[in-house]
Amino acid sequence: MSFYQYYLAHKDFDFNSFFSSITTTDIERILAKDKINAYDFLSLLSPQAEKHLESMAEKAQKLSLQHFGKAILLFTPMYIANHCINKCAYCGFNVGNRIKRKKLTAEEIEQEAKAIAATGLRHILFLTGESPAQSPVSYIAKAAGILKKHFHSVGIEIYPLTEQEYSQVIDAGVDSLTVYQEVYDEGIYDKVHLAGPKRNYSFRLDAPERACRAKIRSVNIGALLGLNEWCKEAFFTGLHADYLQNKYPDVAVSVSLPRIRPHAGTFQDIFPVNDKSLVQIMLALRIFLPYTGITISTRERQEYRDHLIPLGVTKMSAGVSTEVGGHSSEDKGEGQFEIADNRNVAKMKQAILAKGYQPVSKDWMSF
Amino acid sequence: MDPLSIGGVELNSRLLIGTGKFPSKQIIPKVINACETQIVTMALRRVDIGADEDNILEYIPKGCILLPNTSGARDADEAVRIARLARALGAGNWVKIEVISDNKYLLPDNQETIKATEILAKEGFKVLPYMSPDLMAAKRMVEAGAAAVMPLGAPIGTNRGIKTKELIRILIDEIEVPVIIDAGLGKPSDAAEAMEMGASAVLVNTAIATSADPVKMAQAFSLAVKAGRMGYLAKMGAKTRYAQASSPLTGFLFEGDK
Ligand code: SF4
Repeated sequence: MSFYQYYLAHKDFDFNSFFSSITTTDIERILAKDKINAYDFLSLLSPQAEKHLESMAEKAQKLSLQHFGKAILLFTPMYIANHCINKCAYCGFNVGNRIKRKKLTAEEIEQEAKAIAATGLRHILFLTGESPAQSPVSYIAKAAGILKKHFHSVGIEIYPLTEQEYSQVIDAGVDSLTVYQEVYDEGIYDKVHLAGPKRNYSFRLDAPERACRAKIRSVNIGALLGLNEWCKEAFFTGLHADYLQNKYPDVAVSVSLPRIRPHAGTFQDIFPVNDKSLVQIMLALRIFLPYTGITISTRERQEYRDHLIPLGVTKMSAGVSTEVGGHSSEDKGEGQFEIADNRNVAKMKQAILAKGYQPVSKDWMSF
Repeated sequence: MDPLSIGGVELNSRLLIGTGKFPSKQIIPKVINACETQIVTMALRRVDIGADEDNILEYIPKGCILLPNTSGARDADEAVRIARLARALGAGNWVKIEVISDNKYLLPDNQETIKATEILAKEGFKVLPYMSPDLMAAKRMVEAGAAAVMPLGAPIGTNRGIKTKELIRILIDEIEVPVIIDAGLGKPSDAAEAMEMGASAVLVNTAIATSADPVKMAQAFSLAVKAGRMGYLAKMGAKTRYAQASSPLTGFLFEGDK
């Protein structure tokens, strides 16, 4: 049984009538509970719950302190190739876009790694587009091997692999996987993925689970907020994280809440997610899954990111460039999307300290 | 306060503290001074050797005993590798075994912990295993060479107090090595209660680290530990839980003996 069955079970769920049945008393009762269930979680994503944001924030903050303390882990993504054979309507790297393509050589990866390691970061996440010709699994494994020399934790955000391929990259030094479903709604998924292997919904949906079976240490999942009504996407993200955590208790599961950003693509059909809604999602997730990590990327503005720190964030990116070779090379490939918080690692650390939290560069190493 | 002996080392403080979850590393030495702790645990996975500014070891006063923990270990093998690395890096030969393969409640795996304890004790480590309070598991850890056992009062970070009281009481009665209550102590009175019960020491992290004033909270815990210990020594010196009546009910049986 895979998460797809859980998705199917709720696919035709009548969200609107569920939401219209939620009362203030329901929300108060849920917030008084020690442990909430999936429908309580959905209730916290309702319009009714929006009026209770402050109480939700208090509860979420308490749970975050219990489980994670006043510490925020810093990492940075590193783009090593932007070749892609997919046509995702919302992404600047899509094969139909005429952008400058680049793929780093082993020497360039090393150079980029040194530049990033010099900022003090010890956790890296490296990314490629999907291109079996330009970025085959062997290229990913090789990159992991190089990065392992400079970082204590090496994550990948690449196209979905088979279980055996995940084992291969894990052996090469990868310890964490980020794979966003982008959109859980299968119909919209089909609409925004116009061409390429990424059109295979369930192969992507089950990617985190294949990595868990291959004994990865941590997985990070999420929906690209803006492609569908946020309450539904947030609900499925939470269910998915809960499913993985229950089935693979030794894997650290975390979620990201990326909002769609301006990019070199053409996609216009956006469901806006405002600042308040993003906070509501984050708080509801924290209350539902107190032990799950939450990542907030530089897609968000700096003041907004700072305000989110005490509410349940556990990981933040810093010193980000979405361009291939963007940390060390003059000859960069084009970026995936525009970032909204340009602070470097030192500035990010100061901002975290100013909020009364400890910036952590390293909280993992493999043995 | 009466000294506590762990693995042949005499200590004047019965409060151990953890270094995770603090708002900054700079506050850690102040906390240590405020509560006069002598044993400080830290996740080796957080130690960034070589990076001066980010290395937590830089913030731990020289006189303290470092107790690296094997946080993140999912089985005995991993715990053993982390412990060996800690020693190789100069963190001494004390180690707190934490084998946790459940990311939800962070409950320890006693069986793997026993295995790791056995291997590391043979290699000369002073092994302090973090455990679920189970008498047989604790006995096996002691047989395997544990210098103390560290049962949880409640799951890590929950601040719920000593929810496992009845089980810990049994460990205190039956286990020969020090019993250090670890995890779950949310307030100074929980620590006092632990000490009144006869625990040898307590380990506190979340309650101090996430309070509004960690230095003051550390002091409060330190006082509570002392008060609880004094109470234990003054009132409950004997381990029996049945009152010794001043005129025993069965005294008449022995009257002829006089
Ligand atoms: S989102 Fe990923 S798969 Fe889609 S076009 Fe962009 S890089 Fe390629």
